[in-house]
Amino acid sequence: MSGAAPVVALHAVEKVFETAEARTTALSGIDLEIHGGEFVSLIGPSGCGKSTLLRIIGDLTGPTGGTVEVNGKPAARARRDRDYGMVFQAPVLFDWRSIQANVELPLEITGLSGNERRERAARMLDLVELGDFGRHHPWQLSGGMQQRAAIARALALEPRLLLMDEPFGALDEMTRERMNDELLRIWERTRTTIVFVTHSIPEAVFLSSRVVVMSARPGRITDVIEVDLERPRTEASRETERYFELVTTVRESLRAGHGPAPLDPVDAEATA
Amino acid sequence: MTVASTSIGRRTPIGAGTTIGIGRAVRSVVAFVAVVALLGVVWELAKWIGGVPWREIAGMPLDPPHDPPFRVTQLSDINLPHTWNVIGAFFEPATRRSEFSLGAVLFDAAIFTWRGAAIGFVLGAVVGLGLAVVFVHSRLLERALVPYVIASQTVPIIALAPMVVLWVGRDWPSVAIISAYLTFFPVTIAGIRGLQSPDPRALELMRSYAANRRTVLWKVRLPAAVPYLFTALKISATASIVGAIVAEAPTGIQGGLGRAIIQFNQQYITGPEKLWATVIACAALGIAFFVIVRLAEMLVMRGRQQPGDA
Repeated sequence: MSGAAPVVALHAVEKVFETAEARTTALSGIDLEIHGGEFVSLIGPSGCGKSTLLRIIGDLTGPTGGTVEVNGKPAARARRDRDYGMVFQAPVLFDWRSIQANVELPLEITGLSGNERRERAARMLDLVELGDFGRHHPWQLSGGMQQRAAIARALALEPRLLLMDEPFGALDEMTRERMNDELLRIWERTRTTIVFVTHSIPEAVFLSSRVVVMSARPGRITDVIEVDLERPRTEASRETERYFELVTTVRESLRAGHGPAPLDPVDAEATA
Repeated sequence: MTVASTSIGRRTPIGAGTTIGIGRAVRSVVAFVAVVALLGVVWELAKWIGGVPWREIAGMPLDPPHDPPFRVTQLSDINLPHTWNVIGAFFEPATRRSEFSLGAVLFDAAIFTWRGAAIGFVLGAVVGLGLAVVFVHSRLLERALVPYVIASQTVPIIALAPMVVLWVGRDWPSVAIISAYLTFFPVTIAGIRGLQSPDPRALELMRSYAANRRTVLWKVRLPAAVPYLFTALKISATASIVGAIVAEAPTGIQGGLGRAIIQFNQQYITGPEKLWATVIACAALGIAFFVIVRLAEMLVMRGRQQPGDA
């Protein structure tokens, strides 16, 4: 892991929200390095600032202290260079565009030619197994398929870094597990570095190479757990003893950091 | 409707959308005709009960004449002419010395009025959308100018029309300007809402692509505003016709429906059905313009999810 510059380097990152009445420290003293090809999950209770941290990495909001580097350059510069792809909890597909045209959108903005766009988008749709649905409109697809299209769109620019903010949080358990399998397959094929925000412990353990445990008030990193489950991970990995041990480790770490583990199905964490 | 909109079939969405659109259009036309027919029946029924004696029905002599049990002034042949007389008036000469039928004269007048209204409509829509785009990008200008935009609509058009005619002249450009004045307002208000309607995450997504404001406007804000804009444009289509007629009527602009209203109003005692026919022509023009905008909406919106289709 040494040698190459980290894909994400956070140093003493702090985020304070100030309103007329109150001053809330959303994040404090965040130090984290994420290296090429890693799959890192951020997990923690509501209000621990995990989504805010992801948005800081993507320069969608700025930190109030500390430094953020992506691909060895300041986060703002990395965003302007389109160094990362973003996937939200909602697919955020545009209903006036076909699935194919939705995936082509970032390529239109970067000024790729029509042929290249079509070819690249078709390849991305094949990658997420939506090759036959390019001509459909978003509303004709199920929630899971829409989210796959959003992943294809995020990968269209072939970024070194993929930021995912609870991408499967709105899906049912069955679909979520299938999407997890598929995300690992995509990750292994593209070798993209992934930072993944979740509130699901099993999901974090199954997917990650490292799980970053956070606690709230103020939001900070309390633990980093290496996940040494064998790869490639499959359905069977979810039934190994090591998997259950790691799930327990993460749960206990969360509890140590901040009372009981999060139970709320929808993380209503303030990201404003 | 056998088209299962939620299924993920291989059917092209465009075909599915159009089928639903045509089915709906046919049904709304049938419903419209039925309501008009019903209105006609109620109209004649009222005259049968409270009008003046009937000597004929649609040109067929009635022997003996029917004497309604009540007499209500409002239902007399002057106040409320028989439906067949109103329809018949379209085919009779417009005036005693005219070689053209009233229908032909009103058709020409409607085309004249529509030209002014349509030019005003386009002008108003462009100005209205332009203002909305400016307001969405500048909180300062929005706060400073929106009150004036709202105040502009409190000035009665009937007071404004003669002044515009004085400045611009006694022809269709005046009509267009007054129509634009009525058209722009709904477009601006709906435009602001529509341009602000995208999900905040959609805007963040564009930020992650390092997209500039113009790209966000073209790729996200404007397409998202389209349904809002069409709602406003449908209101504006009928408002622009009303504006055009109101602009023509008191200012003596020749050739349009406004002039026809003034003329047949003066001749009401000798031919009440002519003014009624003119009213129908005005309504038909408004409906026709509305339908044109609605068809454009269906064309532009095809493929998007229609409310209630899912």
